[in-house]
Amino acid sequence: MLTALHKNARAQLLIGLLIGTGFGFFLQKGGVTTYDVIVGQLLLQDFTVVKLMLSAVVVGMVGFYLLKGRELAQVHCKNVTLGSVAIGGLIFGAGFAVLGYCPGTVAGAVGQGWLDALVGGVVGMVLGAGVFARLYPRLAGGVLSRGEYEVRTVPEVLGVNEWVVVGGVVVLILAVLYLLEVLGM
Amino acid sequence: MVFTYLTAPLWSPYVAGAGVGVMAVLSFLLADRPLGCSTAFVKTSGMIERAVRGEKVMEHPYYRKYVPQIDGAWMVVVGIVVGAFLSAMLSGVFALAWVPPLWGETFGYDPAVRVLAALTGGFLLGFGARWAGGCTSGHGISGTLQLSVNSIIAAVFFFIGGIATAMAIYGFPF
Repeated sequence: MLTALHKNARAQLLIGLLIGTGFGFFLQKGGVTTYDVIVGQLLLQDFTVVKLMLSAVVVGMVGFYLLKGRELAQVHCKNVTLGSVAIGGLIFGAGFAVLGYCPGTVAGAVGQGWLDALVGGVVGMVLGAGVFARLYPRLAGGVLSRGEYEVRTVPEVLGVNEWVVVGGVVVLILAVLYLLEVLGM
Repeated sequence: MVFTYLTAPLWSPYVAGAGVGVMAVLSFLLADRPLGCSTAFVKTSGMIERAVRGEKVMEHPYYRKYVPQIDGAWMVVVGIVVGAFLSAMLSGVFALAWVPPLWGETFGYDPAVRVLAALTGGFLLGFGARWAGGCTSGHGISGTLQLSVNSIIAAVFFFIGGIATAMAIYGFPF
Protein backbone atom coordinates (compact mmCIF):
# COMPACT_ATOMS: atom_id res chain seq x y z
CA MET A 1 0.00 0.00 0.00
CA LEU A 2 1.23 3.46 -0.88
CA THR A 3 0.35 4.70 2.61
CA ALA A 4 2.55 7.82 2.55
CA LEU A 5 0.88 8.97 -0.65
CA HIS A 6 -2.60 8.22 0.75
CA LYS A 7 -1.85 10.47 3.74
CA ASN A 8 -0.47 13.33 1.66
CA ALA A 9 -3.48 15.65 1.55
CA ARG A 10 -2.05 17.99 -1.12
CA ALA A 11 -1.06 15.11 -3.41
CA GLN A 12 -4.55 13.65 -2.92
CA LEU A 13 -6.14 16.84 -4.27
CA LEU A 14 -4.12 16.49 -7.48
CA ILE A 15 -4.71 12.72 -7.71
CA GLY A 16 -8.46 13.27 -7.29
CA LEU A 17 -8.46 15.93 -9.99
CA LEU A 18 -6.47 13.78 -12.45
CA ILE A 19 -8.47 10.58 -11.87
CA GLY A 20 -11.68 12.60 -12.18
CA THR A 21 -10.44 14.18 -15.42
CA GLY A 22 -9.75 10.75 -16.92
CA PHE A 23 -13.11 9.49 -15.67
CA GLY A 24 -15.01 12.46 -17.15
CA PHE A 25 -13.10 12.18 -20.45
CA PHE A 26 -14.03 8.48 -20.83
CA LEU A 27 -17.65 9.07 -19.78
CA GLN A 28 -18.05 11.79 -22.41
CA LYS A 29 -16.29 9.76 -25.13
CA GLY A 30 -18.46 6.78 -24.21
CA GLY A 31 -21.57 8.89 -24.84
CA VAL A 32 -23.11 8.49 -21.38
CA THR A 33 -23.06 12.17 -20.41
CA THR A 34 -26.32 12.81 -22.26
CA TYR A 35 -29.90 12.50 -21.01
CA ASP A 36 -31.10 10.63 -24.12
CA VAL A 37 -28.55 7.81 -23.76
CA ILE A 38 -29.20 7.32 -20.03
CA VAL A 39 -33.00 7.40 -20.30
CA GLY A 40 -32.70 5.21 -23.43
CA GLN A 41 -30.92 2.64 -21.23
CA LEU A 42 -33.62 2.80 -18.54
CA LEU A 43 -36.26 2.32 -21.27
CA LEU A 44 -34.21 -0.73 -22.41
CA GLN A 45 -33.78 0.75 -25.90
CA ASP A 46 -30.05 1.70 -25.82
CA PHE A 47 -27.57 -0.49 -23.93
CA THR A 48 -24.59 1.91 -24.01
CA VAL A 49 -24.66 2.48 -20.22
CA VAL A 50 -24.70 -1.24 -19.38
CA LYS A 51 -21.94 -1.97 -21.92
CA LEU A 52 -19.73 0.78 -20.50
CA MET A 53 -20.34 -0.22 -16.88
CA LEU A 54 -19.73 -3.95 -17.46
CA SER A 55 -16.51 -3.22 -19.41
CA ALA A 56 -15.34 -1.02 -16.53
CA VAL A 57 -16.11 -3.82 -14.05
CA VAL A 58 -14.16 -6.43 -16.07
CA VAL A 59 -11.03 -4.26 -16.36
CA GLY A 60 -11.38 -2.82 -12.86
CA MET A 61 -11.95 -6.19 -11.20
CA VAL A 62 -8.88 -7.86 -12.75
CA GLY A 63 -6.76 -4.77 -11.96
CA PHE A 64 -8.05 -4.50 -8.41
CA TYR A 65 -7.46 -8.18 -7.56
CA LEU A 66 -3.95 -8.02 -9.11
CA LEU A 67 -3.18 -5.05 -6.83
CA LYS A 68 -4.78 -6.76 -3.84
CA GLY A 69 -2.61 -9.85 -4.39
CA ARG A 70 0.48 -7.61 -4.22
CA GLU A 71 -0.96 -5.86 -1.12
CA LEU A 72 -1.25 -2.58 -3.04
CA ALA A 73 -5.01 -2.32 -2.53
CA GLN A 74 -7.55 -3.41 0.08
CA VAL A 75 -11.24 -4.26 0.01
CA HIS A 76 -13.59 -1.40 0.97
CA CYS A 77 -16.84 -3.26 1.50
CA LYS A 78 -19.69 -2.99 3.97
CA ASN A 79 -21.99 -5.72 5.25
CA VAL A 80 -25.13 -6.27 3.21
CA THR A 81 -27.69 -3.83 4.66
CA LEU A 82 -30.99 -4.03 2.80
CA GLY A 83 -32.56 -1.07 4.63
CA SER A 84 -29.81 1.06 3.13
CA VAL A 85 -29.16 -0.32 -0.36
CA ALA A 86 -32.64 -1.59 -1.32
CA ILE A 87 -34.69 1.42 -0.18
CA GLY A 88 -31.96 3.95 -1.00
CA GLY A 89 -31.45 2.19 -4.33
CA LEU A 90 -35.10 2.62 -5.30
CA ILE A 91 -35.09 6.32 -4.34
CA PHE A 92 -31.84 6.76 -6.28
CA GLY A 93 -33.34 4.94 -9.27
CA ALA A 94 -36.36 7.24 -9.33
CA GLY A 95 -34.05 10.25 -9.31
CA PHE A 96 -31.81 8.64 -11.95
CA ALA A 97 -34.81 8.39 -14.34
CA VAL A 98 -36.36 11.80 -13.60
CA LEU A 99 -33.05 13.67 -13.85
CA GLY A 100 -31.65 11.44 -16.61
CA TYR A 101 -28.12 11.57 -15.20
CA CYS A 102 -26.37 9.93 -12.23
CA PRO A 103 -23.95 11.69 -9.82
CA GLY A 104 -20.90 11.13 -12.07
CA THR A 105 -22.55 11.66 -15.43
CA VAL A 106 -24.33 14.80 -14.19
CA ALA A 107 -20.88 16.35 -13.70
CA GLY A 108 -19.86 15.12 -17.16
CA ALA A 109 -23.04 16.58 -18.65
CA VAL A 110 -22.16 19.94 -17.07
CA GLY A 111 -18.74 19.77 -18.72
CA GLN A 112 -20.37 19.09 -22.07
CA GLY A 113 -22.64 22.16 -21.71
CA TRP A 114 -25.94 20.76 -20.42
CA LEU A 115 -27.44 23.56 -18.32
CA ASP A 116 -30.32 21.40 -17.02
CA ALA A 117 -27.63 19.21 -15.41
CA LEU A 118 -26.01 22.24 -13.75
CA VAL A 119 -28.98 24.38 -12.67
CA GLY A 120 -31.36 21.47 -12.00
CA GLY A 121 -29.27 18.36 -11.39
CA VAL A 122 -26.30 19.61 -9.36
CA VAL A 123 -28.39 22.04 -7.27
CA GLY A 124 -31.03 19.36 -6.62
CA MET A 125 -28.38 16.83 -5.60
CA VAL A 126 -26.71 19.22 -3.13
CA LEU A 127 -30.15 19.93 -1.61
CA GLY A 128 -31.12 16.24 -1.46
CA ALA A 129 -27.79 15.23 0.09
CA GLY A 130 -28.09 18.10 2.59
CA VAL A 131 -31.61 17.07 3.65
CA PHE A 132 -30.40 13.48 4.04
CA ALA A 133 -27.56 14.67 6.29
CA ARG A 134 -30.15 16.49 8.47
CA LEU A 135 -32.33 13.36 8.73
CA TYR A 136 -29.38 10.99 9.25
CA PRO A 137 -29.39 10.97 13.09
CA ARG A 138 -33.05 9.84 13.05
CA LEU A 139 -32.55 7.26 10.27
CA ALA A 140 -29.21 5.82 11.46
CA GLY A 141 -30.52 3.63 14.28
CA GLY A 142 -33.66 2.66 12.37
CA VAL A 143 -34.32 1.88 8.74
CA LEU A 144 -30.70 2.45 7.58
CA SER A 145 -29.47 -0.49 9.68
CA ARG A 146 -32.40 -2.85 9.02
CA GLY A 147 -31.75 -6.12 7.24
CA GLU A 148 -28.02 -6.27 7.99
CA TYR A 149 -26.22 -9.52 7.27
CA GLU A 150 -22.58 -10.51 7.89
CA VAL A 151 -21.99 -10.84 4.16
CA ARG A 152 -19.25 -8.90 2.37
CA THR A 153 -17.76 -10.25 -0.83
CA VAL A 154 -18.83 -13.01 -3.22
CA PRO A 155 -15.59 -15.07 -2.73
CA GLU A 156 -16.15 -14.96 1.07
CA VAL A 157 -19.76 -16.11 0.69
CA LEU A 158 -18.84 -18.96 -1.65
CA GLY A 159 -15.72 -19.84 0.34
CA VAL A 160 -13.59 -20.23 -2.80
CA ASN A 161 -10.39 -18.66 -4.10
CA GLU A 162 -11.11 -15.10 -5.26
CA TRP A 163 -9.58 -15.74 -8.71
CA VAL A 164 -12.13 -18.49 -9.34
CA VAL A 165 -14.89 -15.91 -8.82
CA VAL A 166 -13.05 -13.21 -10.82
CA GLY A 167 -12.66 -15.65 -13.73
CA GLY A 168 -16.30 -16.73 -13.50
CA VAL A 169 -17.57 -13.13 -13.44
CA VAL A 170 -15.36 -12.18 -16.41
CA VAL A 171 -16.80 -15.08 -18.44
CA LEU A 172 -20.35 -14.18 -17.36
CA ILE A 173 -19.97 -10.50 -18.28
CA LEU A 174 -18.36 -11.32 -21.66
CA ALA A 175 -21.28 -13.69 -22.35
CA VAL A 176 -23.81 -10.94 -21.52
CA LEU A 177 -21.98 -8.43 -23.75
CA TYR A 178 -21.78 -10.98 -26.58
CA LEU A 179 -25.50 -11.69 -26.23
CA LEU A 180 -26.33 -7.97 -26.40
CA GLU A 181 -24.34 -7.73 -29.64
CA VAL A 182 -25.97 -10.82 -31.13
CA LEU A 183 -29.41 -9.43 -30.27
CA GLY A 184 -28.38 -6.13 -31.88
CA MET A 185 -29.05 -4.14 -28.68
CA MET B 1 -3.80 8.60 -35.73
CA VAL B 2 -3.90 9.25 -31.95
CA PHE B 3 -5.28 12.71 -32.63
CA THR B 4 -8.13 11.46 -34.83
CA TYR B 5 -9.03 9.11 -31.99
CA LEU B 6 -9.06 11.98 -29.48
CA THR B 7 -11.25 14.09 -31.75
CA ALA B 8 -13.72 11.27 -32.54
CA PRO B 9 -17.15 12.26 -31.18
CA LEU B 10 -17.88 8.80 -29.83
CA TRP B 11 -15.85 5.78 -28.78
CA SER B 12 -16.99 2.20 -28.48
CA PRO B 13 -18.58 1.85 -25.02
CA TYR B 14 -16.21 -1.08 -24.42
CA VAL B 15 -13.10 1.09 -24.92
CA ALA B 16 -14.53 3.97 -22.88
CA GLY B 17 -15.62 1.50 -20.17
CA ALA B 18 -12.13 -0.04 -20.06
CA GLY B 19 -10.77 3.48 -19.50
CA VAL B 20 -13.20 4.00 -16.62
CA GLY B 21 -12.06 0.67 -15.18
CA VAL B 22 -8.42 1.83 -15.26
CA MET B 23 -9.42 5.03 -13.42
CA ALA B 24 -11.21 2.94 -10.76
CA VAL B 25 -8.06 0.82 -10.27
CA LEU B 26 -5.88 3.95 -10.03
CA SER B 27 -8.22 5.29 -7.35
CA PHE B 28 -7.66 2.18 -5.21
CA LEU B 29 -3.89 2.27 -5.83
CA LEU B 30 -3.19 5.99 -5.44
CA ALA B 31 -6.00 7.12 -3.09
CA ASP B 32 -7.01 3.90 -1.24
CA ARG B 33 -10.63 4.76 -2.06
CA PRO B 34 -13.35 3.44 -4.37
CA LEU B 35 -13.97 5.81 -7.27
CA GLY B 36 -17.27 7.46 -6.33
CA CYS B 37 -19.03 10.78 -6.80
CA SER B 38 -21.89 11.19 -4.38
CA THR B 39 -19.92 12.16 -1.23
CA ALA B 40 -18.76 15.33 -3.02
CA PHE B 41 -22.36 16.56 -3.10
CA VAL B 42 -22.96 16.07 0.62
CA LYS B 43 -19.59 17.71 1.38
CA THR B 44 -20.75 20.67 -0.72
CA SER B 45 -24.04 20.96 1.16
CA GLY B 46 -22.03 20.82 4.41
CA MET B 47 -19.67 23.57 3.19
CA ILE B 48 -22.66 25.78 2.30
CA GLU B 49 -24.29 25.10 5.68
CA ARG B 50 -20.98 25.86 7.40
CA ALA B 51 -20.75 29.21 5.58
CA VAL B 52 -24.31 30.11 6.58
CA ARG B 53 -24.67 28.60 10.07
CA GLY B 54 -21.07 28.51 11.26
CA GLU B 55 -18.76 25.94 12.85
CA LYS B 56 -21.43 24.02 14.80
CA VAL B 57 -22.27 22.25 11.52
CA MET B 58 -18.98 20.37 11.89
CA GLU B 59 -20.36 18.62 15.02
CA HIS B 60 -23.35 17.19 13.16
CA PRO B 61 -23.06 13.35 13.13
CA TYR B 62 -23.20 13.07 9.33
CA TYR B 63 -20.66 15.83 8.78
CA ARG B 64 -18.29 14.19 11.25
CA LYS B 65 -18.48 11.14 8.98
CA TYR B 66 -18.20 13.11 5.72
CA VAL B 67 -16.19 16.20 6.68
CA PRO B 68 -17.35 19.20 4.62
CA GLN B 69 -14.05 20.13 3.03
CA ILE B 70 -12.34 20.15 -0.34
CA ASP B 71 -10.43 16.86 -0.50
CA GLY B 72 -9.45 14.26 -3.09
CA ALA B 73 -12.97 12.80 -3.36
CA TRP B 74 -14.40 16.29 -3.96
CA MET B 75 -11.77 17.04 -6.59
CA VAL B 76 -12.82 13.92 -8.52
CA VAL B 77 -16.12 15.60 -9.40
CA VAL B 78 -14.33 18.81 -10.46
CA GLY B 79 -12.12 16.58 -12.61
CA ILE B 80 -15.13 14.92 -14.27
CA VAL B 81 -16.40 18.35 -15.37
CA VAL B 82 -12.92 19.20 -16.72
CA GLY B 83 -12.46 15.83 -18.45
CA ALA B 84 -15.88 15.87 -20.11
CA PHE B 85 -15.28 19.48 -21.20
CA LEU B 86 -11.89 18.55 -22.76
CA SER B 87 -13.39 15.55 -24.52
CA ALA B 88 -16.36 17.55 -25.83
CA MET B 89 -14.11 20.40 -27.01
CA LEU B 90 -11.71 18.02 -28.78
CA SER B 91 -14.57 16.46 -30.72
CA GLY B 92 -16.37 19.77 -31.25
CA VAL B 93 -19.60 18.71 -29.53
CA PHE B 94 -19.50 21.22 -26.65
CA ALA B 95 -22.73 23.24 -26.74
CA LEU B 96 -24.77 25.07 -24.12
CA ALA B 97 -28.33 23.74 -24.04
CA TRP B 98 -31.22 23.45 -21.58
CA VAL B 99 -33.53 20.77 -22.94
CA PRO B 100 -32.41 17.27 -24.08
CA PRO B 101 -34.07 16.14 -27.37
CA LEU B 102 -35.97 13.16 -25.91
CA TRP B 103 -37.41 15.36 -23.15
CA GLY B 104 -38.28 18.13 -25.59
CA GLU B 105 -40.15 15.86 -28.00
CA THR B 106 -42.33 14.59 -25.16
CA PHE B 107 -42.73 17.53 -22.76
CA GLY B 108 -41.87 20.56 -24.90
CA TYR B 109 -38.83 22.82 -25.00
CA ASP B 110 -39.60 25.17 -22.08
CA PRO B 111 -36.34 25.31 -20.06
CA ALA B 112 -38.22 26.09 -16.81
CA VAL B 113 -40.22 22.84 -16.99
CA ARG B 114 -37.08 20.81 -17.66
CA VAL B 115 -35.12 22.52 -14.86
CA LEU B 116 -37.95 21.91 -12.39
CA ALA B 117 -37.97 18.20 -13.28
CA ALA B 118 -34.16 18.07 -13.08
CA LEU B 119 -34.26 19.72 -9.63
CA THR B 120 -36.76 17.10 -8.43
CA GLY B 121 -34.75 14.25 -9.95
CA GLY B 122 -31.51 15.68 -8.59
CA PHE B 123 -33.01 15.92 -5.11
CA LEU B 124 -34.09 12.25 -5.17
CA LEU B 125 -30.70 11.25 -6.62
CA GLY B 126 -28.68 13.09 -3.94
CA PHE B 127 -30.97 11.86 -1.16
CA GLY B 128 -31.09 8.27 -2.45
CA ALA B 129 -27.33 8.08 -3.08
CA ARG B 130 -26.61 8.98 0.54
CA TRP B 131 -29.35 6.63 1.80
CA ALA B 132 -27.82 3.78 -0.21
CA GLY B 133 -24.25 4.83 0.68
CA GLY B 134 -23.07 5.23 -2.91
CA CYS B 135 -24.01 5.80 -6.51
CA THR B 136 -23.69 4.21 -9.96
CA SER B 137 -19.91 4.62 -9.80
CA GLY B 138 -19.30 3.97 -6.08
CA HIS B 139 -21.57 0.91 -5.81
CA GLY B 140 -22.27 0.11 -9.47
CA ILE B 141 -18.67 0.05 -10.71
CA SER B 142 -16.21 0.28 -7.78
CA GLY B 143 -18.27 -1.88 -5.41
CA THR B 144 -19.17 -4.48 -8.01
CA LEU B 145 -15.55 -4.82 -9.19
CA GLN B 146 -14.56 -5.65 -5.58
CA LEU B 147 -17.31 -8.29 -5.72
CA SER B 148 -19.15 -6.61 -2.82
CA VAL B 149 -22.55 -8.30 -2.39
CA ASN B 150 -23.98 -5.10 -0.85
CA SER B 151 -22.92 -3.03 -3.89
CA ILE B 152 -24.27 -5.58 -6.39
CA ILE B 153 -27.66 -5.46 -4.60
CA ALA B 154 -27.52 -1.63 -4.66
CA ALA B 155 -26.82 -1.61 -8.42
CA VAL B 156 -29.75 -3.97 -9.06
CA PHE B 157 -32.08 -1.66 -7.10
CA PHE B 158 -30.74 1.45 -8.91
CA PHE B 159 -31.83 -0.13 -12.18
CA ILE B 160 -35.14 -1.54 -10.85
CA GLY B 161 -36.09 1.95 -9.59
CA GLY B 162 -34.72 3.64 -12.71
CA ILE B 163 -36.39 1.34 -15.25
CA ALA B 164 -39.76 1.44 -13.43
CA THR B 165 -39.68 5.24 -13.18
CA ALA B 166 -38.49 5.81 -16.77
CA MET B 167 -41.26 3.54 -18.07
CA ALA B 168 -43.83 5.29 -15.87
CA ILE B 169 -42.71 8.59 -17.47
CA TYR B 170 -42.37 7.52 -21.11
CA GLY B 171 -44.68 4.50 -21.25
CA PHE B 172 -43.90 0.82 -21.43
CA PRO B 173 -42.33 -0.26 -24.73
CA PHE B 174 -43.94 -3.70 -24.66
